[in-house]
Amino acid sequence: MSSRRSRVSEEEINELISKLQSLLPEARRRGGGRASAAKLLKETCNYIRSLNREVDDLSGRLSALMATMDHNSAEAEIIRSLLRQ
Amino acid sequence: MDSKSSACSSPNPNPTLGPSKLMLAFRFLRALSLVRRTTPASSRTCRGRRIERAAYASMAYTAGASRAWSRAVLRRLHHRARRRAVAPRRLSTTAGNRAEALRRLVPGGGGMDYCTLLEETADYIKCLSMQVELMQGIVDSASSYGP
Repeated sequence: MSSRRSRVSEEEINELISKLQSLLPEARRRGGGRASAAKLLKETCNYIRSLNREVDDLSGRLSALMATMDHNSAEAEIIRSLLRQ
Repeated sequence: MDSKSSACSSPNPNPTLGPSKLMLAFRFLRALSLVRRTTPASSRTCRGRRIERAAYASMAYTAGASRAWSRAVLRRLHHRARRRAVAPRRLSTTAGNRAEALRRLVPGGGGMDYCTLLEETADYIKCLSMQVELMQGIVDSASSYGP
């Protein structure tokens, strides 16, 4: 049983990869259209890992803050500041 | 929704960032409230882990069922709740194993074709960074609040 050949063109793949590049923060972009697909995928992986670490870190900080804050009024203030953005 | 190789030509299902941001904030704050109410005050680490799970759950619920990564996140969370052993992920042979590292980082990445993987990655990154921004905003707010 032969595997289905993907009908997706090289062009579409390149388009998706540059879309990924545009999602990377400035510092990780490696100078616009010159990076190879492999390098960009690697940077993408690094970026995802760093985002996961940030979630982890921020979860810890939220946990600590939860222990100390006066909940109801703090929550109101948080919601207010979120709505302001 | 047909999800063959036509995945590449599907329109962007994420219109504006505005409404999703608010939905995400609403869900996450609600989850935080629940964590606070149900976790003993003494167990800070446990609370931290629950907050982290709430973060991924909020992201996934907000992204909805139309995304493979969000379905995978919710499956993972529900399996965990039921304490079932999660079967080791097998990379599909028809998908090949291009971008293996990426497949391990994007939920559900193992079974996707390359094109879908790239699309899902883009959406996942957008949602993840939105979640991080939200959490940072809450931390800043809560830190600066007080007498």
